[in-house]
Amino acid sequence: MTEEKRIVLRNADLINPKKIEDYMQAGGYQGLEKARLMSRSDLIAEIKKSNLRGRGGAAFNCGLKWSFVPTDAPVSYVVCNFDEGEPGTYKDRIIVQKDPQSLLEGMAICGHAVNSKQGYIYCRGEYPYVVELLNLAIDQARGKGLLGDFDIEVRMGGGAYVCGEETALIESIEGHRGEPRFKPPFPGVAGLWAQPTVVNNVETFANLPSIVLNGPEWFAAIGAPNYPGTKVLTLTGDVANRVSIEVPTTATLREIIYDFGGGIKEGKKFKAVQVGGTSGGFIPESLLDTPIDFDSMRGIGATLGTGAVFVMDETRDIVDITTRIAKFFEHESCGKCNPCREGTFRAYEIMKKINNGKAVAQDIENLTILSQVMEKACLCGLGQAAPAPILTTLKHFYPEYQARLQIH
Amino acid sequence: MITLTINGKEVHTPKGSTILEACQQNGIPIPTLCYDPDLRLAGSCRMCLVEIKGRPLYAASCVTPAENGIVVETESPGIVAARKVILELLSARHKFNCQVCEKNGDCKFQDYCYQYGIKESRFIYGEATNYGINDPNPFIERDYNKCIMCTRCVRACEEITAARAINVENRGHHAKISTAFDGNLADSSCLFCGQCVMVCPTGALTSKVSAGLGRAYEVDKVLTTCSYCGTGCTLELNVKNNRVVGVTSNRTATGSPVNKGALCVKGRFGWDFINSPDRLTTPLIKENGQFREAGWDEALDLVAKRLGEVKNEFGPDSMAVFTSARVTNEENYVAQKFTRAVLGTNNVDHCARL
Amino acid sequence: MVNIQNIILSFRDKPGGIIEAFHAVQKEYNYLPEETIAVAAGTFGISEAQAFGVATFYSYLSVAKRGKYVIRMCESAPCHIAGAEALIKAFEEALEIKVGETTADGKFTLELTECVGQCQDTPVITINSVPYVNLDPAQVPAVLALCQ
Repeated sequence: MTEEKRIVLRNADLINPKKIEDYMQAGGYQGLEKARLMSRSDLIAEIKKSNLRGRGGAAFNCGLKWSFVPTDAPVSYVVCNFDEGEPGTYKDRIIVQKDPQSLLEGMAICGHAVNSKQGYIYCRGEYPYVVELLNLAIDQARGKGLLGDFDIEVRMGGGAYVCGEETALIESIEGHRGEPRFKPPFPGVAGLWAQPTVVNNVETFANLPSIVLNGPEWFAAIGAPNYPGTKVLTLTGDVANRVSIEVPTTATLREIIYDFGGGIKEGKKFKAVQVGGTSGGFIPESLLDTPIDFDSMRGIGATLGTGAVFVMDETRDIVDITTRIAKFFEHESCGKCNPCREGTFRAYEIMKKINNGKAVAQDIENLTILSQVMEKACLCGLGQAAPAPILTTLKHFYPEYQARLQIH
Repeated sequence: MITLTINGKEVHTPKGSTILEACQQNGIPIPTLCYDPDLRLAGSCRMCLVEIKGRPLYAASCVTPAENGIVVETESPGIVAARKVILELLSARHKFNCQVCEKNGDCKFQDYCYQYGIKESRFIYGEATNYGINDPNPFIERDYNKCIMCTRCVRACEEITAARAINVENRGHHAKISTAFDGNLADSSCLFCGQCVMVCPTGALTSKVSAGLGRAYEVDKVLTTCSYCGTGCTLELNVKNNRVVGVTSNRTATGSPVNKGALCVKGRFGWDFINSPDRLTTPLIKENGQFREAGWDEALDLVAKRLGEVKNEFGPDSMAVFTSARVTNEENYVAQKFTRAVLGTNNVDHCARL
Repeated sequence: MVNIQNIILSFRDKPGGIIEAFHAVQKEYNYLPEETIAVAAGTFGISEAQAFGVATFYSYLSVAKRGKYVIRMCESAPCHIAGAEALIKAFEEALEIKVGETTADGKFTLELTECVGQCQDTPVITINSVPYVNLDPAQVPAVLALCQ
């Protein structure tokens, strides 16, 4: 049986998150100290070698991403994506609430690697109480001179899921509407205020102190070789224990739901699990033995995404839940590109029609064509991922749709 | 130079070109709605999507760099299907009344619907958008029920005129072009230059002054220089049945070298005087407190005679000439030459100096 | 109450700080009073149309007047299956207003929201950004009584 393995949550509940002294006593800031003794290129090479991949959505190799920042850039920025807005996800909040200094240390390590003097944490507007904690933590780290000439500022989001997309997030820090930019240029070349910018997720940064301290080989040996390390998961829905856990990436969905989640609550049967947040695919019982690492999940047409694990029992109405998810995307589309702005709106209308028992087979066909185009034609990840719940539920739970159709 | 393959044909394009530019240089048509060569790129309408071999997502050709060796398809079945879906999605929100629409025959959206055979939309679900179209200004008709959210008007307002009167409000399907608090243009920083009308690819923004007077295909376009000021903007008189029924922009650098189509409120909307019956068509001479019509020779002789008399009696410095910024440099030159060489005085000035 | 102009001016030196300024105004007034847009536009050197565009983009910000207590009810999928709809209905009935409305006495505003990141204890609402979790319709009167 897989056991919990704590890297980013190594200090959780063992230290007082409001006391930097506790963090120091637990080995805090030794990773940064070690990193600063390394040259920039050596540090990036180490991170590359660890094969740490982004814990946001795209799972890009972290060190490789850093290496895109030009070595001669006079100004560059380190941005932490703490906009976790995927429903069912609260892992970044847990990481920061339990151990904010790990994030700051990780950002400072990145700052050294890309020669940046300024970091930003973009925290979602729904977490004002976490912003307070972060500002306290920054003050403490600054007060002790630990950050050196690297400074960190917290910016608050305003309730826009799309700002989890890195270029929309950058637009928002710049004080604009959070509409994604087209790429290229990528943020590593022209990001915040058109300067080279590294954007990583909270969990990615929080992994860094341990990787630097223990070496890339140590990290690369944990979990799945292609996506090493651990993943913090948040279990929600109809699971007996709605907990957050950190497990090696070799853990399977079945282990997570049954061993850590205690199975389905009230002794009911499993029906489906949606992994990675509301933009993730729905997974049926037959695929539960898939490991959670990014590539394995992609292999079954799903995503690891944020690591949200949303479990639904046998009584749940898949069409109703998918309708609700379609409303989410209708609400969160930024409106910049045509297929997403209009597509999310019409997809929700079609789902409502199906859910209300008013639809015919042609409506499902229209929904399918719309979804297939959105996946490939939308400007950013939001519109590209929005059809995933629809397409995967159509694939795995088609009889539920069929049962809702009017017979003509 | 960069070499790439488009639709099975090897083509060349300068380094730094986009795929769209490579297509344009090589005569390969690509539909665009949000793209405008004079405005910053948006990459948002997704009409210019192309397929690039080996890439899982479709690429908006207007913002995707042409790279050596890439293999591009511009009309693959997948691309055509995507463009159709996009046009159908826009059709589902666009209020079609082409029979009375000012843009009929000069509408990119209509052209693409025709080209891709969009007879009806598969996506008419839910309530249709219904925005009020009452903006009480004399110049610009705003019908956002026809808007396809390409944001060219917003960019033109910011980047060409710098009036910054409009932007996008709200988000998602509820996003709409608006002034602050979605008010009237007259209460905003709008200058009514009509650059928004110029760039709008549909009938969402049209000229109230030209409404009902003629369609684009009914008028002759006569290039002329605006007479309102000395800037020398080129404008395109729209002439129907020997009457001016509107002014449009010629946006080419050769046709409109001074202003590339950009105009001000006077040049774009202030042309109704041309056909006014109040307009003077012959010189008038005032006798006994009454004007009478006269010929040019008679009028000029009279002016020359009277100026000569004044000069003889009171000296040349008793006269002054004041010229206008509304005439050209050349005309101003002639005026000062006349003042100095003919009248014999240096009393010459110009309104732009005051 | 702190003057809106002073609040916004205190963010003047923060590049792109308009959203921070909006948050600060909203913390004081619970919404963005009309003058906020013009003052912020002037302070940050953008047009009023753009400032309005920013203010209306973010669902956490409101240009409409709101009550003293803004109750936001999560309806994302995990809350949805945990009974969010019944909870929303209970709040509507208790306050005799619909979602999006404010009570006549200006005390409560009801809004829907997407996930607020407390999905371990669904369904969730927030009152002036403070989360209340694991609610059921029977608890609505007690929750409202907390708002004095």
